[in-house]
Parts: sequence; C-alpha cells; structure tokens
Amino acid sequence: MAADGDGPELRRVTGPSATAGGVRRFFDLLFLIAVTDFRKVYFNTALGYLWSLLRPFLLFAVLLFVFTQVFRIGSQVNDYPVLLLFNIVLFGFFSESTLASVTSVVSQEAVVRKTQFPRLVIPLAVVLTGTFNLGLNMIAVSIFMIAFGISPMWTWLLFPVVVAAMLILTIAVAMLLSSLYVRYRDLLIIWTVATTMLFYATPVLYPIESLPSKYHDLAFINPLTPIFEQARVWIIDPEAPGAVAAAGGWVHLIPAVVIYLGACVMAIRVFGREAPRIAEEL
Amino acid sequence: MSGLPPSRISSDAPVAVSVRDLRKSFSIPDQKVSSLKELALHPFRRIEFRTLEALGGVSFEVRKGEFFGIVGRNGSGKSTLLKIISSIYRSDSGDVHLAGRMAPFIELGVGFDPELNARENIVLNGVMMGLTPRDARSRVDAVIGFAELEPFAELKLKNYSSGMLVRLAFAAMIQADADVLLIDEVLAVGDASFQQKCSDVFHNLKDQGKTIILVTHDMASVETFCDRALLIEEGTVRHIGDPEEVGRRYLRMNFDEERGRPVTRDPGEETYVHLVEGSLKSDAGDTIQNLEVGQPINVEAVLEARQTIPRPIVGLLFTNEDGVRAFGGTEPLFGPDEDLTLEPGTRFTVNATFENKLTKGRYTVGCFVAREVNHFDFPMAAMRLVDFVVYGVDDAAGVFTPDGEIEVGLVD
Repeated sequence: MAADGDGPELRRVTGPSATAGGVRRFFDLLFLIAVTDFRKVYFNTALGYLWSLLRPFLLFAVLLFVFTQVFRIGSQVNDYPVLLLFNIVLFGFFSESTLASVTSVVSQEAVVRKTQFPRLVIPLAVVLTGTFNLGLNMIAVSIFMIAFGISPMWTWLLFPVVVAAMLILTIAVAMLLSSLYVRYRDLLIIWTVATTMLFYATPVLYPIESLPSKYHDLAFINPLTPIFEQARVWIIDPEAPGAVAAAGGWVHLIPAVVIYLGACVMAIRVFGREAPRIAEEL
Repeated sequence: MSGLPPSRISSDAPVAVSVRDLRKSFSIPDQKVSSLKELALHPFRRIEFRTLEALGGVSFEVRKGEFFGIVGRNGSGKSTLLKIISSIYRSDSGDVHLAGRMAPFIELGVGFDPELNARENIVLNGVMMGLTPRDARSRVDAVIGFAELEPFAELKLKNYSSGMLVRLAFAAMIQADADVLLIDEVLAVGDASFQQKCSDVFHNLKDQGKTIILVTHDMASVETFCDRALLIEEGTVRHIGDPEEVGRRYLRMNFDEERGRPVTRDPGEETYVHLVEGSLKSDAGDTIQNLEVGQPINVEAVLEARQTIPRPIVGLLFTNEDGVRAFGGTEPLFGPDEDLTLEPGTRFTVNATFENKLTKGRYTVGCFVAREVNHFDFPMAAMRLVDFVVYGVDDAAGVFTPDGEIEVGLVD
C-alpha cells in the first residue's frame, strides 16, 4: 500500500539557517506575518490606526512648540513644521522597527525551537510591518504638507530612494540586534538609549546648517544624516543644501558610506553565523 | 484499540528519509556570558567549555509509507536527532536526506497567536508547515470541521479553552499534508478521548501510506503503530528492527540501570542469621537483576547461622513494592532423621525455582528462618534476599497472571 509511484526525490536537508526552507515559503511567511501583525494593530484595537498616527503627531506638536516658541531655531528654517513632522515620521520608522526587532527572535522562541522556520523572516517581518506603517503615516504627512502649502515637486518621485536607503539600514540593524540579543540580553537597554542619542545626533529636530560647522564631520559619521539631508532637498525644500553639499563634498560622506556598508556586511555575516545556532542558544 | 495488523512495508519501497552518520555535540560553557556588560568588563576571560556528545554517528533509513519509531530515554539523544531531522538544530557532520515535504510536530500549536482567530491561525500554521497561502486558506474549513469548532471559527484563540486549543492544533497538524511527518510525543497530551482520536488519526495516516516518524518513550504506542523502530541510547543506535524487540530491549535497558543498587538489608536481623549472598539467576546460571514476564524465577542464597537454631525452617516470601504478598513457601532445613540443630558458623544454601506468573513490577524476595517449637514456626530472622523487577509490555492487572482465559458472549 505504500509504494504508489516513486514520489518526490530525496533531497539533502541543509539544516537551520537564516533563509532555509525555500524562497517561496520564505516570502509567503514574511508577507503573511507582516500583514498579520499590521492588521492586529490596526483592526484589533479600538482606536486602530489613529494610535499610530497620534504618536508622531503628538511628539511633533510638543517639539514644534518647543523649537518655535522656546528655542526659536525653527523660525529661521523654511517650512520648519513640515520638515519636523516628516523627519519625526521617518526617524520613527527606524527607531520603532529596530527597537521592536531586538527582542523579536527571542520572543518567537517557541517557533524557533519547535518548528522548521527561516530565522531571517522574524526580524524582516518586524521591519516590513514598520514599512507598512511608514507608508500609511506618509499619506497623513503628505496631506499635511499640501495643506501647509508645499507644492508637489517631481523630486517627490525620488521618495522611494529615501525609503530604500532607510529600509536597508534598518534591516541591517534589525538583523544585528535580533541575533545578538539571543546572547547579550542587555542589548535592549543599550539600544533604547542609543536610539534616543541617535534622535539628537541625526538632523531630525534641526537642519544640518544650524549645527556649527566644526561638528559637521562628526554629524556625518552617522549614516542617517546624509539620508535625512537628501530627503529634505527632494521632498520639502529644494533650496536646502543636500547631503553632498552639507557634508562639504563627497569625501566627507565616505565615513557614513563605510559605516552603512559595514553594517550591512556585518549584519549578513553575524546573522548568517548565529542563525543555525539560535535554537540551541535559547 | 490496536486491532490493526502492522503493515509490512516492502523493502523495495523508495527511501523517504535517509540519515547517515549524524553527529552532534554541544559546547556547554561553564560560565555563560549573557550581557555585553560582562563582555566589556572581562574581555579576556577564558571560558571553559565542556563538550557533550549528543549524537555519535547515527544512521538509519525509513522507507516511504513506513511508520517508524524512535525510542530512547531522556537524554539519549532522541530529541536532538528529531531536531536535526526537522532543521531546528544543525548537525556537526553527517547527512539527512528527505523525499518531499516534511512537517515536524514537536509541540501542538506552536506559533499560534492568541490575538488571532482560528481561521487566521490555521492559515498561518499551514504556511509555517510549508503550504502556500492559497492552499492553506482552502483547508481552513476542513480543519475547523475536523476540530468540531465551527461555532468558534471567528473567536480569538485567547478566548479558547485548552481543550479547544488542543483540538484545533491537532486538526491543523493533520491538514499540513506533508509527505513525511515527524511527531514528538504529541500523544502524551490530552485526555483519553483525545488520545483515542489521535490514535484513529495515526491509523488513518498509516492507511494513506504516509511516512511517519514517531519519537517517544511510550512503548505501547510504538508497538501499536510502528512497523519498525530504532532504539537510541547515549547518542548511538542500539537496535533497529521489530518494535516488540525494541520495546523489550528498551525496558531491559531501563531496568539494568538498577544494577549496582545494593539490596538493602536490615542489620538488626544479623543476630541469628547472616546473609552471605543472595542473587537471582538466569536458567544458564548467570546472575541477573531483572526478569522478563514469564521468565522463570531462580533464587539462590547462602546464609550463615550466628546462633544455635534448633529445628530450623527456611521460608521465602515474594512481595511486590506495595507490600502485597504474592506467594511464598517454607521448607525445613533438615529431614526428619537428620541432625536437628544448626550450629553457629554453619552455612547453608537456599535454592528456589518458580514458574514466573508475576505481572510486571518490582518485587522483593524476603527470607525468614524460623525454628519449630511445639509444631509452631517461631521466626528467628527475616531478611531481604534480593530485589528484582519483572518487565514486559503486558498490562495485566494485579500481581499474578495465572493461566486461563476469559470468554464472553451473548445469551442465546
């Protein structure tokens, strides 16, 4: 009763890894999990989507008040409220996704230890959920921008480039954090502090030109800085200097690019090394 | 319940699972560095590792349509083996080859999300098991039907009772429709009626010609379902073959563990008689620790008198671990016309042979020496000669299984 035809052929089992189990399954899982998480937040809570909008907008309202009424930096900048809101939403994507990713693999312990599961799906799904969120928030931001009087520009079409640059860095950081957290459990605290520091080290609240020029090179070590500066030119203020000019030439962008690429390479290597052993370490 | 004859898988059926020389060891750090702070404070601290070999070269093949059991005790390496086959752990060396899609069931309902309803969870679970989202969606109704949860399909899992959850998880497992199923003791969960349902499902899967690997330490399920079984101990394969033989070896192995356990003696009883040695013998005369159900009982002992004992009588009493007396017997040491008194320092032997009608369990052989006073046995000393275990897979009630049978029928 057993042998009805030869059936599928024998294939070698390669064991657990970041992507094991086939490309199709990888993307099926990634997409399904991200969509499910997204729906959980938006359809299963009473206020739903409003919550995720409320957070950046409340932060925006407070910061706008502080920086236009108290410190008055904002008053000297073109379209400061729009810039501030845009930056908060963009930085929020990075900080929320990376923070959520830190514990993601460990909190999926049961899945990791008891099923055949491509490990990389876990942090990627967190980032993908964050990307959906970013997309929705950006709709609200663009309504705000148009209401504020910014006329649409053809460079808005370059927004996907900004998102891609952010996305790759966010994924790299998420991969590093989620795999290292398995071993080093104080990473969550460290990263919570680090994102707060990054919030101030990145030109979110202020445009780069209001920073004394002696600190520019320091600011441009942060790979987020050129991305935010370039986004500002393309999306909000065509007269802003842009990443290259603000850094003072291509050469000054090298540290940021090196760190950016370094993070990507490290992410692939560290995650690739840790992925097969995660189940044993947990 | 086990009315199904084991399906004999022809040896020319294609190989579904092939495991070759699988090795795996774990490095266990003596101190675990679990924070970056520690790493920063003691960057050069050497951490000593102990290596624990979990699998030392395991090889076997499972043919398509076979129901294959993997049996071993805790720590024998069976879980590691299971986790390597299911791509949860990576092996150090060796190969695993599989034909088709494999679904591991190490725990029921892994990855269920309490915030989602049954439908969503079934889809998620199906995709985890390797179905396409479309396939998974098309099976949702069948799963809910099997689990008999139609009225609760839209209810979030956090509101399910644990019984409903188990039903859903089991139904979801069945729907995965993998070519090779790897099942780890899921039978151990749930109540009797659920276990019956599992049992039915396993029989069904077996009928459908699925290849199934069942990892367990429950010999009853191995003998009920499996065509062949593998016995693993200390990371190596001890036996592959007939489930009953594997079951016997497994039980024997378990009880051999008891070797070296000294028989406890009561020193207070040494005043009159001293036990020099007591042992259980096989038919061949070797000292053994345990008996299989039905294997004859041979007890041998040497005793030494410490006091003068007139007209001694030696008795044996078999009791089980609850203290229930199974059987016993007495025998005077001397015939009617022999020397009637045992002098101090005199050694004597006790040899007893009984048919073994004991059910499985632990037994103690007690020995007492009495002297006859006015036709009454007057006990002088009592001691434990030997402890042994009767093992087997029969589940007979009571202490004894005398020959005989029960016949039942309807009144005409």
